[in-house]
Amino acid sequence: MPDASQALLIKDEQLMETDGWIFLDKEATEYPGAGLIVLPLLLWVEKREQLLVRGDCAVWLDSEQEPEPLLADLEQLPMIAINFPVFSDGRAYSYARRLRQLGYKGEVRAIGDVLPDQLHYMSRCGFDAFELRGDTSTEAAFLQKSSISVAYQAAQDQPKPLFARREQ
Amino acid sequence: MYVYDHYDHTLVSERVEQYRDQTNRYLAGEISEAEFLPIRLQNGLYIQRLAPMLRIAIPYGMLSSRQLHALADISCKYDKGYGHFSTRQNMQLNWPKLEEVPDILAELAKVEMHAIQTSGNCIRNTTTDQFAGVAADEFEDPRPYCELIRQWSTLHPEFAFLPRKFKIAVCASEQDRAAVHVHDIGLRLKHNEAGETGFEVLVGGGLGRTPVIGSTICEFLPRKHLLSYLDSVLRVYNQLGRRDNKYKARIKILVRALGVDTFREKVDQEFELLKDGEMTVPDSEFERMKSFFTAPDYETLNAEESTQLLERQASENKAFRNWLRRNIQPHKQPGYAAVTLSLKPTGIAPGDATDEQMHAVAELADKYSFAELRVSHEQNLILADVRQSDLFKLWEDARAIGLATPNIGLMTDMICCPGGDFCSLANAKSIPIAESIQRRFDDLDYLHDIGELDLNISGCMNACGHHHVGHIGILGVDKKGKEFYQVQLGGSSDTDASLGNVLGPSFSQEQLPDVMDTIINTYVELRSDEELFIDTYRRVGLAPFKERVYA
Repeated sequence: MPDASQALLIKDEQLMETDGWIFLDKEATEYPGAGLIVLPLLLWVEKREQLLVRGDCAVWLDSEQEPEPLLADLEQLPMIAINFPVFSDGRAYSYARRLRQLGYKGEVRAIGDVLPDQLHYMSRCGFDAFELRGDTSTEAAFLQKSSISVAYQAAQDQPKPLFARREQ
Repeated sequence: MYVYDHYDHTLVSERVEQYRDQTNRYLAGEISEAEFLPIRLQNGLYIQRLAPMLRIAIPYGMLSSRQLHALADISCKYDKGYGHFSTRQNMQLNWPKLEEVPDILAELAKVEMHAIQTSGNCIRNTTTDQFAGVAADEFEDPRPYCELIRQWSTLHPEFAFLPRKFKIAVCASEQDRAAVHVHDIGLRLKHNEAGETGFEVLVGGGLGRTPVIGSTICEFLPRKHLLSYLDSVLRVYNQLGRRDNKYKARIKILVRALGVDTFREKVDQEFELLKDGEMTVPDSEFERMKSFFTAPDYETLNAEESTQLLERQASENKAFRNWLRRNIQPHKQPGYAAVTLSLKPTGIAPGDATDEQMHAVAELADKYSFAELRVSHEQNLILADVRQSDLFKLWEDARAIGLATPNIGLMTDMICCPGGDFCSLANAKSIPIAESIQRRFDDLDYLHDIGELDLNISGCMNACGHHHVGHIGILGVDKKGKEFYQVQLGGSSDTDASLGNVLGPSFSQEQLPDVMDTIINTYVELRSDEELFIDTYRRVGLAPFKERVYA
């Protein structure tokens, strides 16, 4: 897990320092009884029933963990975070896009090695919150996020592909 | 050909400015080397042995004369006055400056060109038949589908960080001139019994270290599902392809590891979610795409007269006759022909053209072929719509600029990667090998007698020169710091694709011309009548060649 305390958070198009979620380690076997916690997938799967009752827990996936075990609970989960162990590991783009296509309405947060130059594709795939390294140029991040205004493909930000929007 | 509208223009211009900002941040030290790597690669910039290399996209090989003029100007202004046409139907500049690349991209954008996704672990330029739209054996023109795929794949947000590069090829005729069996995805356009258009989908073909012939995962995909099905295949690959070892990261390894049937099931699962969704392509979009690729304004010609004229000209001039025999393709339209300008004269790196040649070819396209031309994956240039009655004049003009070598499909029309002279991956040089073989086989009569023969040369096992699918393939290998060459026989990238078999221990550069001589002599002795090299090989096998070469 990257050190979230040093991170910047862009969420709802706003820059903020943190919003209170506490991420537990991937190997964690226990969790605090109260507070906004984000559990690693395996712990969530193990304690799912108790955690669902509690109602204030989120889950984070590592890049090799497909979101399948969460599909039954999409309506209950307020946030799903997906980790980029390295920015060039592109699996999370497909996970995020699939979660959205399956109807997930909560927050999808990019964590880990998240770079300004990736925010455009990430938001198109359905990420809507981004934890960036503390030393990231936020100016660059916002600039890159909106750098390209045309999209050929259907995606989260633009549900119709260009061929359905072009003037005939 | 396709014409940009304001959306396409905006996208390409914004991409240039985005990359300009990224280059500036990199030069200012705000982006690390590792973080800049995929950014520059996906804008076409690759760092080679001696300098950066910029690979400019030529979508499915189509160029207007205006674009070729621009490429010539760019080669002159930003490079050393020549460009290299590649096996991906693209053009590479070997000496651009990193800090000038945004300016080059801006100049390209003015003529509706770019270098997007020509390198890096993303979906690359889609390739097709260089005779698309004019080939006599074509079911349908593949280019509208290629353009649709180009747009779908351009800046696709989900697939910019794949495990490895990803190449798609489309063919739409009985004879496969796009090598669809050796691509990550190969699409074979066909019509079903009801006359509807669809595609046979092959996956997991490829060359490189582990050459594989692709497997069919869908016999007939109705065309409206083309993009959602491609999304499904790419998604399975993006999620499950190996990322721990770049030599095992191509989709062919995943398909092999899972087995074709399991892979197909996984694709079908994703397709369940995406099928009939928003990426389903309506007929109106196919019609719109087709409207860009209508036949040019052909004249109604008397084919019989044109043929008689040609026969007379050919009987009077042997050199012209040779050129007609090799460099002309039959055409759908009576009285017209498709002409291949050979970029394989002896002594020039295969696929290279100078800026003067590019300007001159652009002028030939204006004069003889409706101001359009194509780049073939065999690294030649094609004028696709020439009146047969103009062929003699065109031949004279092409000869004047050194582009009328009558060797298309022959042994000296070889596919060759840039090799150790330029590429930092290469184990061995490939251009001098090509040249030494061209010099040995410089007798045109003999060359024509040997007949059609694909000779493919790669400087390393990454196989950019497609050596696995050459009838004769040559692979550069490193043996204790010395350059050696392995020879393979029996590959083919045609409809009946096959991978070559290694002849035996490798040879030094000096030995190679003699080895080629022995192989060709063996073939000439063993062939029956008009039998081509590949057919003789398939009949007699490796043994007779091996015996003679290692005798």
